[in-house]
Amino acid sequence: MNAFLFMLPAAFGLALAGLVAFLWALKSGQFEDPQGDASRILMDGDDPE
Amino acid sequence: MTAVKSGRPSGLSPAGGLALAQDPAAFMRERDGRKSLDILVRGASCGGCLAKIESAVARLPGVALARLNLSTGRLRVEWTGALRSRLVVEAITSLGYGASAFEPAKADEAGAKTERDLFTALTVAGVATAAIMFLSEPLWFGTDLPQETRTILRWISALVAIPAAAFAGQPFLSSALASIRSRRLNMDVPICLAVVSALGLSLFETINGGRHAFFDAAVMLLFFLLIGRILDARLRRQAYTAANALVAMQTATATRIAASGSTEAIRASDIRSGDMLLIAAGEQLAADVEIVTGESEADLRLVTGEIEPASCRPGQVLHAGSVNLSVPIRVRALARADQSLMADVARLLEAGEQKKSAYRKLADKAAEIYVPQVHATAALGFVGWLIFGATPAQALHVAITVLIITCPCALALAAPLVQVVAAGNLFRRGIYLTSGDALERLATVDHVIFDKTGTLTLSDPVLSDAPCRAGLVAEAAALARASHHPFSRALVRAAGPGPVASDVEEHPGQGVSALVDGRKARLGSAAFVGVPPGSGSELWYAVDGRAPEAIHFEDCLRSDAHDTVARLKRMGLGVELLSGDADVRVERAAVAAGIKQWRGGATPLTKARHLEALQAAGKKVLMVGDGLNDAAALAGAHASIAPGGAIDVARLASDCVFSGDSLAAVVTIIEVARNARARMRENFAFAALYNILALPVALLGWVTPLIAALAMSGSSAVVTLNALRLSREARKNAGAAP
Repeated sequence: MNAFLFMLPAAFGLALAGLVAFLWALKSGQFEDPQGDASRILMDGDDPE
Repeated sequence: MTAVKSGRPSGLSPAGGLALAQDPAAFMRERDGRKSLDILVRGASCGGCLAKIESAVARLPGVALARLNLSTGRLRVEWTGALRSRLVVEAITSLGYGASAFEPAKADEAGAKTERDLFTALTVAGVATAAIMFLSEPLWFGTDLPQETRTILRWISALVAIPAAAFAGQPFLSSALASIRSRRLNMDVPICLAVVSALGLSLFETINGGRHAFFDAAVMLLFFLLIGRILDARLRRQAYTAANALVAMQTATATRIAASGSTEAIRASDIRSGDMLLIAAGEQLAADVEIVTGESEADLRLVTGEIEPASCRPGQVLHAGSVNLSVPIRVRALARADQSLMADVARLLEAGEQKKSAYRKLADKAAEIYVPQVHATAALGFVGWLIFGATPAQALHVAITVLIITCPCALALAAPLVQVVAAGNLFRRGIYLTSGDALERLATVDHVIFDKTGTLTLSDPVLSDAPCRAGLVAEAAALARASHHPFSRALVRAAGPGPVASDVEEHPGQGVSALVDGRKARLGSAAFVGVPPGSGSELWYAVDGRAPEAIHFEDCLRSDAHDTVARLKRMGLGVELLSGDADVRVERAAVAAGIKQWRGGATPLTKARHLEALQAAGKKVLMVGDGLNDAAALAGAHASIAPGGAIDVARLASDCVFSGDSLAAVVTIIEVARNARARMRENFAFAALYNILALPVALLGWVTPLIAALAMSGSSAVVTLNALRLSREARKNAGAAP
């Protein structure tokens, strides 16, 4: 029973944290341009030519 | 005639390769001194393109933001200062990419929001399902679990499931309520009933310490159904975006003449009836107009399908899609649909679209059979168990498990999954669907009608193989370079780069004259050089002191037209050619393409009538066409396809638009659609089979939460895998083709 009291809040807290993090990412437009973002990470900061 | 010529790389370029007059200034928006412009970029496909385009635009003076979305091809530019928007577009086109400014549609943003909301609901349902599974596992397998532990686990499940279902179930609930209000039950009614009753039953069992609670099943149900819903929304938005992008590429601007005499660039959509417009030589008309001043020639290929330009003078009406060829003209815009041709087309378009919306989708048909069947079985189970002496609570338990286990997860996933995969396959080959249920209709066609000009043939005429004097083409090309006439352009393409003659003078409706080696030379119609009229598809070249010589032109059949027609016939489809052009040329094209049934001189009305007659006789007609004269037929046909060079109205009236010069796309579309339909039917058959197996189990009262969870995820997985087979088939076919 004691294990319940400790494990359940921990598990649900983690799940909730994951959910909130994902929804935040969704809302802040991180899935708007998956192709472009994949390329941008390879670009240097300065002029690419 | 040997009609097979190599194609030109056109992509989705406007018909005839004529550059549309587009002044991006009309699409620029300004707020607090900051100007912004949305541009649709074509051809950007990798990180290199992205970097090149962004840095080229960012280098322009005053640019504060240049961000390209590689997934959608949209570039947003923001700047301050006096930079002209035309320079922004030119910076991109000079890199070799296509660029056209556009107005982001409001409906598109609404679609994006719906999709995001559905995605949020899916995430919540997914996390809740995982959390409840984690609690359910001991309930399923822990046979020696003490009762109070079970009760605690169930209460926690309830605490997760009820808020999650209340949130994630909203899309279904609102749709179910709407369908009840309109008295036409849709699939969402049994879904809501199943979820609500499952939650209610589980809560009841939890409070009373009963045997089974179905919290996991209720949330999992929503999770799977939301996947189907998202795929459906995405498909519809993709189709919508494709249609929009096509419009954006074609969206022209016009030059309006104000009362003061000054000119300004406006969007074609902002043209009002009565506006005075200036139409430059080579400009395509964005609206129906009446000519006020100026005598010129108009290319009517997209309007009537005739390849010879018509002369036009003040008082005459020109329709949208015509191209002004020789000299600038002033015109007055007319209200839409008050002219006979346009009015006919508009009326036929409307009638066609109504017919199309009356088409009942496979999924709707399935729902119609499914909904009453399931509810009747649940009621039957309830009554049956009461008769055999069960308590009302036990009987209700059975009825509710029937509702849960038969819930249409597989059914809801069956169609959208297949459609999304098939649409993706087509998209990769440059074929864009502009309506969601197009695939189902395309799969069932049994008769194909082609338009000639611009569809079976490339839209530009080419030099015929008729023999002519050596050097004639090169000499005449010097004059032709000064003209927008389609024959002149064909002549120039054949001659290649070279000098332009001096002292060129345009004679509207007749031809051009110029000085060649100090002598007066003329290039134009038979009457212009003073010879009796010929077949009409030739230009005459005359130099003072020499007899006029003719240069003949002809339609250039798409290189794979004959092959495509043969393949369509092998697939068991009837093929027919229906064109507005002269009989001689239609017959020639029909023979070259191997089409036996043909008809020339068809007006928009006769095209639409012919189609109606065929469909009344039970044929399912696929119309392939590109012009205004085809639009009504395209809208009225069972299914329709337009090439990328088609006029706006035709593209929007079509289910499908293909880019490139290859007519084989028509075969590809039908093949993919047929495959997709086969997969869809298999999926529906599987869903039905699943229900037939699951129903007796539920009616006998054997359904436990574990069985419900396994049945639901198992059937969804089978349907998904079957849909994905479509993708593998496509890859195999692509691998086999060169």
